[in-house]
Amino acid sequence: MRVSRPALLTLAVATALLASACSSSGGSGGTGSSGSAAGTTLTYWASDQGGSIAQDVKVLTPELDAFTKQTGIKVKLEVIGWNDLLNRILAAASSGQGPDLVNIGNTWSASLQATGAFLPISDDVMKQINGTGRFLPGALAATGAPGQPPVGVPIYSMAYGLYYNKAMFQAAGITQPPTTWDDFVADGKKLTKAGQWGVSVEGAQTPENAHHAFTFAKQMGGSFYDSSGKPTFDTPQNVAGIKRYVDFMAADKIANPSDAEYSNGTEAVKDFATGKSAMLLWQSADATLAQYGMNPSQYGVAPVPFDAASPSGPNHVDSIVAGINLSIFANTKHKDAAISFMKFMTSQQTQMDLNKAYSSLPSVSDAYGDPAFQTQTVKTLQSVLANSAAPMPAVATESQFETVIGAVVQNLFADAASGKPVTDASIAAQLDQAQQKLQAGG
Amino acid sequence: MADARTPAAHPSRNWARVRRAGLPYLLLLPAVVFELLVHVVPMLTGIYMSFKHLTEFFIRNWSAAPAAGVDNYRFALDFNNAVGKQLLESFWTTCEFTVLTVGLSWLLGTGAAVLMQDPFRGRGLLRTYFLVPYALPAYTAAITWEFMFQRDTGLVNTLLVHDLHLFKTAPFWLIGGNSFWALLITAVWRTWPFAFLVVTAGLQNIPGDLYEAAALDGAGMWRRLRSITLPQLRSVNQVLVLVLFLWNFNDFNTPYTLFGNVPPPQANLISVQIYDTSFQNWNFGSGSAMSVLLLLFLLVVTAVYLLLTNWRRRSSDA
Amino acid sequence: MPRPPRSPLAPPVSFVWTRRIALSALGIFTFLPLWVMVSGSLKPLRDVQAAWSWIPTNLTLRPYVDIWSTVPLGHYFVNSLVVSSCSTAISVVIAILAAYAVSRHRFPGRQLFSVTVLSTQMFPGILFLLPLFLIYVNIGTATGVQLDGSWLGLIVTYLTFTLPFSIWMLVGYFDSIPRELDEAAKVDGNGPIGALVRVIVPAALPGIVTVAVYSFMTAWGEVLFASVMTDDSTRTLAVGLRNYASENDVYWNQIMAASLVVSIPVVVAFLLLQRYLVAGLTAGSVK
Repeated sequence: MRVSRPALLTLAVATALLASACSSSGGSGGTGSSGSAAGTTLTYWASDQGGSIAQDVKVLTPELDAFTKQTGIKVKLEVIGWNDLLNRILAAASSGQGPDLVNIGNTWSASLQATGAFLPISDDVMKQINGTGRFLPGALAATGAPGQPPVGVPIYSMAYGLYYNKAMFQAAGITQPPTTWDDFVADGKKLTKAGQWGVSVEGAQTPENAHHAFTFAKQMGGSFYDSSGKPTFDTPQNVAGIKRYVDFMAADKIANPSDAEYSNGTEAVKDFATGKSAMLLWQSADATLAQYGMNPSQYGVAPVPFDAASPSGPNHVDSIVAGINLSIFANTKHKDAAISFMKFMTSQQTQMDLNKAYSSLPSVSDAYGDPAFQTQTVKTLQSVLANSAAPMPAVATESQFETVIGAVVQNLFADAASGKPVTDASIAAQLDQAQQKLQAGG
Repeated sequence: MADARTPAAHPSRNWARVRRAGLPYLLLLPAVVFELLVHVVPMLTGIYMSFKHLTEFFIRNWSAAPAAGVDNYRFALDFNNAVGKQLLESFWTTCEFTVLTVGLSWLLGTGAAVLMQDPFRGRGLLRTYFLVPYALPAYTAAITWEFMFQRDTGLVNTLLVHDLHLFKTAPFWLIGGNSFWALLITAVWRTWPFAFLVVTAGLQNIPGDLYEAAALDGAGMWRRLRSITLPQLRSVNQVLVLVLFLWNFNDFNTPYTLFGNVPPPQANLISVQIYDTSFQNWNFGSGSAMSVLLLLFLLVVTAVYLLLTNWRRRSSDA
Repeated sequence: MPRPPRSPLAPPVSFVWTRRIALSALGIFTFLPLWVMVSGSLKPLRDVQAAWSWIPTNLTLRPYVDIWSTVPLGHYFVNSLVVSSCSTAISVVIAILAAYAVSRHRFPGRQLFSVTVLSTQMFPGILFLLPLFLIYVNIGTATGVQLDGSWLGLIVTYLTFTLPFSIWMLVGYFDSIPRELDEAAKVDGNGPIGALVRVIVPAALPGIVTVAVYSFMTAWGEVLFASVMTDDSTRTLAVGLRNYASENDVYWNQIMAASLVVSIPVVVAFLLLQRYLVAGLTAGSVK
């Protein structure tokens, strides 16, 4: 007994140290490129864009087949649900074992950039994929921290819009979609009656909440980070922005308290599509609405209202730059093949095909020639993306920011739903806590 | 297994002795190897991580993470800070949750087992039926309860609001203060059959003549329960309560399935809290430190519990 | 297993009524979720998305057809079956060997082994999830044996989850088997392993079944490790089932149907072997 215990411990510690030492050595290699790309097999993790994994496989497979035909490079596709994607990327980054390419939510760019897991898209790579000058500047803004080479290229772009039910507007005598929050609330009250609410919100969905918190705070002149990247959560402007959003349920009573429970990112849309709510603040919802059987002629899309009539300057924000980027893992053994895949995914034809299927906006300007992108909806959202969308904070702690702020808004909705007052003080207190948590990460 | 039967005639006696002494170690070897690989070494690595500033900047290259000393621990235990405060709150929530779950599960399990000690028609069938919740995979049970607790479409509110008229407006179960009770009910539903199973097994070991003697002495049901059944179950209960405690204190599946990544603060169990710190906030150093603290706490509780119960058992046996 | 003989006196009426009421209440409590699963799985989507109704009015078997195409459930089923069976089989063999050593031999380190193994039961899974993953990756790089993302990695992980409980149970069970049986086997010319295989294992069958069922159930229901350590081709049911929630719509009817389908193998196995379980626990846990 006396012999075995220290021996055991020594062995265990030695193995542990060895394990951590090994994992560090794995990081440096892997950038060597193979001579000929044809015949190689790439692994590609796609995000769930089509509403179901089966749907994504259906949409992507013909495109990947076309790529294989063109280049001789095979692609092994895995579609990963949003619940698992970030964890899988983290595990891949920490172990050095992962796919060659991956889709990421563009708001994670700066966070993942900080890990060093992704290949920086240098000017040279940009040239190889024919990307120089083609990408929408707005979409390109959400590919990493400013001043550093991006760690991905945008492939699907999205923006928030105000979706409104035309018939309900008419029935309530509303002729124009609201452009300020005062109008929005007034209209919302007119639209709220038995079995119908003015607006539906996805109150327990972290990213959705964080996006709205960001946009609404921006409109009030707030910011969650100062220019040096330090968090500044509990400013009066941020409090006012979040209060404006949560008050739809808490004070204005134009959102169903049940919405506070909506968490899987579809329920608010479904309520809108099935006539339970008259308005919806959402990003590129067309494909989803169609799946619920809502005809495009039944709804209109307008820019998200502002706090005051058409402000200018930094407050002129009514959407985040939303979208999906394609990134290459730094550890890839097939760098050239991965770059040709990136080139393929951002090519005009693929951009048209995929963004049509997903009802998102192409991220390259030359894909807009397709008539599918000439509709009023697309034009509205495109103009939002070009003129009044702001990228989420490009800081390393962005993904934590989404988590903590999303949780704050979720808790506030929960308070509102159960009749607890939501005050400036209660919001400020929660924001303060959130900020402390975030700083603990650094 | 054939070599075990090799006749021990020709090798020397010493060799046979070595073999006999070595045999138990040989038998343990597979267990030890796998335990080392999956539990011990990773845990030691985890402890090592808890002394590092292991954030997103270093997950690709762990050894480059700066040493943190006891920073992660100090931070987790600084109750003036939001992180420490939340950890402490989540710790109390977990304690409350565990005590109630273990207590209720034990009570229901023991109660049902004792009530079913005597044969009656349909007893075997009922016993089987009661075990179904425990046999279900944990996540399917939690998913089903999640469905039942939905505000607008769930069974619970149909029952309470529509059928029994106990509430005017439908309450929320998955957010706000009620979420704690939702969590508790789900956990108890799944856990009590295990207590029932174990106590049922324990009851079968109680010699029947004890009850006969008591019945001859004119002891009532209640007396027999107190002076025979419960004392005889003591060693079973000792293990049962400990196992239930450890399971529920570390339970991750139930809250995670029920509430997802962001549990309501009122039902924020410590395992989810640590998961969030590690995987949502990407602070593996801090998450590891919290795990180590949790482990230490469980070790201390277990040791004290075993010492106390063994001491009580010994002193009552004497 | 003889039932405990009870006093010849019939139980008083008050007791009978207490029993009826208490067991009925428990029965209803147990019943509600089971009924929700069954009836919910037989409703069309429209009905599960409206206020809950106790009795399905529009019965349909559609959800049972749809679950297989919404998510590759069949594929996940095979994965779960392979992973759970293999880890159970290996874990039981290892546990029998270790328990035999602890029960029948006195050797230095015996106590240490028992305590260490049992204390691993306390480890929070989150503490060693990431390190374990890294160790698997490193083993893969060093030896070419791929553990991460493969069946093998999950099998190895799961088999250790249940080892502590299994060993502890079996030690208790083996202890209750009279040593005279070992001696008799030795007289018949069996070595220690022969005695184990020919005498102890048959005598301890209820205990072994208990341990096997427990191992299988644990592997079948594990979520956390499976979510990080599997990929598309090795995903198990526990993780796969979550994909119904990432759908465009909350298909509660399909989720209930899939939950039922997924539960049936373990529930049936558990209930069929239930007699063994009570017997196994009786001898194992009560020393």
